[in-house]
Amino acid sequence: MLIKKPSDIASSEITPKPAYLSRRKFITGAAAAGTALAGGLYLRNHTDGGTTVHAGGAKLSGIVKSPLSTTEKPNSFQDITNYNNYYEFSTDKYEPNGLAKDFRTRPWTVAIDGLVKKPKKLDIDTILKLAPLEERIYRHRCVEGWSMVIPWVGFPLSALIKQAEPLSSAKFVAFQTVLAPDQMPNQRSSGVLNWPYVESLRLDEAMHPLAIMAVGLYDEVLPNVDGAPLRLVVPWKYGFKGIKAIVKISFTDAMPPTTWNIMAPNEYGFYSNVNPQKDHPRWSQASERRIGEFRKRPTLMFNGYADQVGSLYAGLDLQKNF
Amino acid sequence: MKPPPEKFARALKALAFVVCLGPAFVLLWKGFHNLLGANPIDVITRTTGKWTLTFLLITLSVTPVRRITGMAWLIRFRRMLGLYAFFYGSLHLMTYVWLDKFFDVHDMLHDIAKRRFITAGLTAWTLMLPLALTSTAGWIRRLGGKRWQKLHRLIYLSAAAGVVHFIWLVKADLRRPLTYGTVLAMLLAFRLITWLRTRLRPRPAAVQQPLGT
Repeated sequence: MLIKKPSDIASSEITPKPAYLSRRKFITGAAAAGTALAGGLYLRNHTDGGTTVHAGGAKLSGIVKSPLSTTEKPNSFQDITNYNNYYEFSTDKYEPNGLAKDFRTRPWTVAIDGLVKKPKKLDIDTILKLAPLEERIYRHRCVEGWSMVIPWVGFPLSALIKQAEPLSSAKFVAFQTVLAPDQMPNQRSSGVLNWPYVESLRLDEAMHPLAIMAVGLYDEVLPNVDGAPLRLVVPWKYGFKGIKAIVKISFTDAMPPTTWNIMAPNEYGFYSNVNPQKDHPRWSQASERRIGEFRKRPTLMFNGYADQVGSLYAGLDLQKNF
Repeated sequence: MKPPPEKFARALKALAFVVCLGPAFVLLWKGFHNLLGANPIDVITRTTGKWTLTFLLITLSVTPVRRITGMAWLIRFRRMLGLYAFFYGSLHLMTYVWLDKFFDVHDMLHDIAKRRFITAGLTAWTLMLPLALTSTAGWIRRLGGKRWQKLHRLIYLSAAAGVVHFIWLVKADLRRPLTYGTVLAMLLAFRLITWLRTRLRPRPAAVQQPLGT
């Protein structure tokens, strides 16, 4: 083994002091930049649409696939739960996730009344066992011009309706969201919307196999931000028809009031079917931006469900009955 | 009040210049790091819109703050603040034209005619344009101080159109746009009161020319 004596090291190989000092500075700087970059990448990995970052919701079991699901690629759990209108919590789409975190979904009962043979109060855990849970991957079109693909878990609304045995005089189904101002900040302030939120469907619309009660998302219990424990999903209508956190379902013979229609009747009709030909005073409904895509895509009649639901509206002037 | 030393004022202006770029920088940084959420175009639109209105209101508060505090030298910041309002307004418009509509002229014309909040927004920006173009010392000279000042009162209309744009675009819950509206109303009220006071103040009697000379 050859050990070089100091004299063996050529003076040209000795780094001059200023050079190594500035090199130290450079290394310190590089380390700082590296840390910043790593931090950035960390944030990116933990915020970027990964479906792995779940809210830790309990898994639902016994879910069956449905032929009514679309084959389109669902949006990430992250996007679905962080870009969402839930006006009871906030009019901002990014805030409800945090604000709804501690929302209490137990105990929870749903009252079914009105023109039915069997009015009843059902516990949410009873409702969960009413029918086999199905995965329904649906297109979701918001009236504001954006859309998503969402893998809901739920069961046909018709299964719940049959429990109550509506009378032949029943023509409409009205839904009502919980009134919980202690938990829902915007329910404490006036000037947002009339609370509680109410929505409604014609009975034949409600009985359509595509209309579901959703209780889950991505095989997990429905996150609070998406309307836990029980929400309506009507994929051929604008998203706001999908009323959240339902506590009451009533059957009526007259057309019930609906929240957005009360707010602005010229903008939001009772039906609110997705219709690219019916312009909205605020947003063009001819096209939509699918979350995750840059360019807009054309909006389809009844959100692409025209073959299934078109017959419900035969002979109805959809420009007038929007 | 004594003006600060020249050096300090210059440093303060340079600092303000950088700080005003902050919102644009944050947006860029978030965009680069994929932190703009599910609908980045929506976030960019809202953020640039918010800062346009904010800078308009900051610009409009320079005069009242000067009058109230006596810090006359604050006038040195006004042009820069106004140009920042125009800068963010232009980013906002570009987001609409490019990212949202992707240069679809037909669609945009339809939007302008059909949607009153778009009409109001475009009006607000258009009213800022001549102000930005004539913001240089050369243009002040060319137009003459009086006429230049008159022209630049368009900022009142622009800010009002901006607030109306915000009010009309909100679906429900007018609290945020009305906050901007209230601040604007206060800033305009200050000017109205100042104007009324100068009008109502008895003027020194004009020297009477004897008749018939």
